Amino acid sequence: MSVCRRIVLRFPKNLVEKPLVYHLVKDYDLKFNILRAKITPEEEGLLSLEIKGDKNNYSRGIDFLTKSGVTIEQLGQKIRKNEDLCTQCGLCVSVCPTPALAIDRKSREVIFDSNHCVTCEMCIKVCPVKAMEIKFD
Amino acid sequence: MAKTYEEINEKIRKGHAVVVTAEEIIGIVEEKGLKKAAHEVDVVTTGTFGPMCSSGAFLNFGHSTPRIKLGGGHAYLNNVPVYTGLAAVDVYLGATAIPDDDPRNKVYPGEFSYGGGHVIEELVAGKDLVLSATAYGTDCYPRKKIEILVNIQDINEAILFSPRNAYQNYNCAVNLTDKIIYTYMGVLQANLGNANFCSAAQLSPLLNDPLYKTIGIGTKIFLGGGIGYVAWNGTQHNPTVKRKENGVPQAGAGTLSVVGDLKQMKAKYLRGSSFLGYGATMTVGIGIPIPILNEEICQYTAVKNQDLWCQVVDYGKNYPNNLPSSLGEVNYAQLFSGEIEVQGKKIPTAPISSYSIAREIAGTLKEWIKKGDFELTQPVQCIPGPESGITFKSMKERLVEPRFE
Repeated sequence: MSVCRRIVLRFPKNLVEKPLVYHLVKDYDLKFNILRAKITPEEEGLLSLEIKGDKNNYSRGIDFLTKSGVTIEQLGQKIRKNEDLCTQCGLCVSVCPTPALAIDRKSREVIFDSNHCVTCEMCIKVCPVKAMEIKFD
Repeated sequence: MAKTYEEINEKIRKGHAVVVTAEEIIGIVEEKGLKKAAHEVDVVTTGTFGPMCSSGAFLNFGHSTPRIKLGGGHAYLNNVPVYTGLAAVDVYLGATAIPDDDPRNKVYPGEFSYGGGHVIEELVAGKDLVLSATAYGTDCYPRKKIEILVNIQDINEAILFSPRNAYQNYNCAVNLTDKIIYTYMGVLQANLGNANFCSAAQLSPLLNDPLYKTIGIGTKIFLGGGIGYVAWNGTQHNPTVKRKENGVPQAGAGTLSVVGDLKQMKAKYLRGSSFLGYGATMTVGIGIPIPILNEEICQYTAVKNQDLWCQVVDYGKNYPNNLPSSLGEVNYAQLFSGEIEVQGKKIPTAPISSYSIAREIAGTLKEWIKKGDFELTQPVQCIPGPESGITFKSMKERLVEPRFE
């Protein structure tokens, strides 16, 4: 059975210069697509990935990364739409690079589908009433 | 068969009035025909909920002990400056005012996270605000400084009085340059990356009364969740723009100045808003009832998104340089579909005003009227129409001659 997951990898300083993601392809036959990356030498690194592959290989790959010292979080669950604040205007839809934010044709309300979210945070910057929130675990 | 305001109000008082929204009337006219629809329907309600920068409130705080004269001094509400060039304790709080120490666009694009619109929203929500002021002191107003908490319950008047709201139609904004830009129409991606628009279209008040036959000075309206009135035509009122055969302007045209008691409004419909890289403002909810006096008025209210057109304008170069230009015309059905074509390129569209809350406002106003809580008012004077010849002018920049004495 194959899976497709979006995750955020956090690399501590000492791991930033090691080619860990390479092993996901080489040893675990996983395909990955980089959604977002922020890597500076001597600082913590952040990498958002979409990973596709066999379910067992995915588990083993994640296991490998965790054992290497990488922290892993599920992506998308970090952005939240606060329905009490949202005015359903649509400004966030105009900046969303994915189909995560869209306007429902019938209700004309803004719908947020976290499955498509790549946590680019543009909606957070652009929302005029601060209805898009980032959740820190 | 024509109806009068008084006949419609009599039906409202008896609870017999037939009231529908500007969306519902479309189907009714299609199904029953204009004549029957105009006969049966008494009132059509409209609504809009969008950012309206020319909004603000007059406040009177009452007199302190000893007295202070804010007029000619400096005053702030939650660090947002208010206009004091009035009598001792009257101020005007404008929606776009921002704290003196806001970094503005120094770190580009600026966030403008708190401004006058946010202060109005918090005031209406019943929150305490910090009033701080300095004054010069006089024999009758000796106090020079004050810092106190004020609350909408305690102050004398809080009057929303906005010089320009409810724009009749607006531009569709795009960006032809190769850099991303941050505008009051939202973020516009380079090279025609997206198009933003701002109108409740078929629900919008002035698009349902395109020639201002019923909306005029004194018209009672839904304003900010409470009751308000049309005070005058709004600033930049421009009734002479090009119109389609149905009378509807093809670009921003009429505007309204509105007034009402803030104490009976709701924070939900007066929302402080921050536009990235542009500034602070307030998103305002307005709903206006249109009496179906005759078939002509009924025909106007049955207007559909596909019959409402606006101009596509480049905000990258042409708009900032005040160059007259249109990249073409699109209708609101196209804009609401999520994609339009400009210069042969298909680009995604997004609204910046809330259609769903506009619909909610039209629905709320409909319920008020049906219940007999809200009667219609006949304008005491019409606002200027196309026949007035009034045209919005650009600034006439006459240079000042240097004078040496």
